[in-house]
Amino acid sequence: MNTELPVQVPVESPTVPMIRTLGLISLICGFSVTLAYQWTKPHVDENQRVTTERAVLAVLPEAATQKAFVLRVDGVAPAAADSPPEDVVYVGYDADGRIVGIAARGASRGYADLVHVMFAYDPACQCINALKVTKMNETPGLGDTVLKDPDFKRNFEALDARVNAEGTALANRIVTVKHGTKREAWQIDAISGSTVTSKAIGRGLDRSAQRLVPLILRHLAELESGGR
Amino acid sequence: MSLLNKEEPLTLDTFVRGIWRENPVFVTVLGMCPTLAVTNSATNAISMGLATLFVLLCSNVLVSMLRKVIPKEVRIASYIVLIASFVTVVDYAIQAISLEVYEALGAFIQLIVVNCIILGRAEAYASRQTVVNTAVNSIGTGIGFTLALLCLGVVREVLGAGTLFGVRILPEQFQPWVLMLLPAGGFFVLAGWMLLIDWMNHRKERKALEQEGATVHGQ
Repeated sequence: MNTELPVQVPVESPTVPMIRTLGLISLICGFSVTLAYQWTKPHVDENQRVTTERAVLAVLPEAATQKAFVLRVDGVAPAAADSPPEDVVYVGYDADGRIVGIAARGASRGYADLVHVMFAYDPACQCINALKVTKMNETPGLGDTVLKDPDFKRNFEALDARVNAEGTALANRIVTVKHGTKREAWQIDAISGSTVTSKAIGRGLDRSAQRLVPLILRHLAELESGGR
Repeated sequence: MSLLNKEEPLTLDTFVRGIWRENPVFVTVLGMCPTLAVTNSATNAISMGLATLFVLLCSNVLVSMLRKVIPKEVRIASYIVLIASFVTVVDYAIQAISLEVYEALGAFIQLIVVNCIILGRAEAYASRQTVVNTAVNSIGTGIGFTLALLCLGVVREVLGAGTLFGVRILPEQFQPWVLMLLPAGGFFVLAGWMLLIDWMNHRKERKALEQEGATVHGQ
């Protein structure tokens, strides 16, 4: 009996053609992606600018002009394209260059995803007097009632955002409370059935206002002169 | 689905089969994630359909062009890289056209990379057929996918919001069926359309059989 095993010829992978093909494909793909990025970047930037401008106008309808500034402890600077969005405030001016309000962004996690808001702060009354939800993916029919409910919108007609005696934070935290239990001017009355989204809006507002409102008040004179 | 190893002649069927007989959604039941997730409005449905059509066409044409130089060991890797690149191009293009649509479609634009329709067509058709055949077939399949998404999007938007392409078409008194905008509504509407299409196909087959029988008896 012949016990010799047949000689197995190793099947060689076509290394060079594989590298060549993948290299060629990478080249084509890299070129396409770079070209698409270069072509679309100005349009994307413009879309983002228009979207932000519309959101600011929605909360500051009396503003004739608006300017974006970056607020830091040591001062104010005009916002650049790469400025961190959470540090940027949009100051609305009337025709005479007087401040009509200051808009800022806030965000917090809702039921499905982050709930993004734009709110208007009025330094005269030290209150938040307008709010617009700019982006959210909450459940239709439940979470999205925050967009339409007139009672919920009334929370943001004069929401207390006064700063403490040291001027370092809000005197009272902005909190969302259970529907029908609002007692204080800094509380937000939640919508029954949409509590998670209502709370997300409250948290987003509080987080942003705690940081930005003291800086706005500290640099108010500089922001006012920015309109002229 | 066609699994031809030799090149087929270009016929009307090359284009039409993806729209009806091999419709990706209603017949081969592929690409179910975007089908159920983004068809809560007609605008989203048509945007996702057109984005998929673009990626399908561009990536499959390139696969067909390079089919003789792509070694079989790296073919899937090559297809995925090509598809991912065109998805990135579409991603930028949608951001440039409308940020609203971009945000509504969310992660499902990037997820076109793993859409079975595109990889399936690349492996089963484009890697074996000429560039022209592939382009025609891809356009047909893309249109079939877009129409299927539109069928779902129209029904879901009308019943779920009382609007069509954002324009109110049902009276204010109409109480929207919010369920239609939720994923569960997508399943219901998909099932309804599949039932209707299956019933139409069966009726067509029955009529053909009856006609065949009448011819035989008439002899």
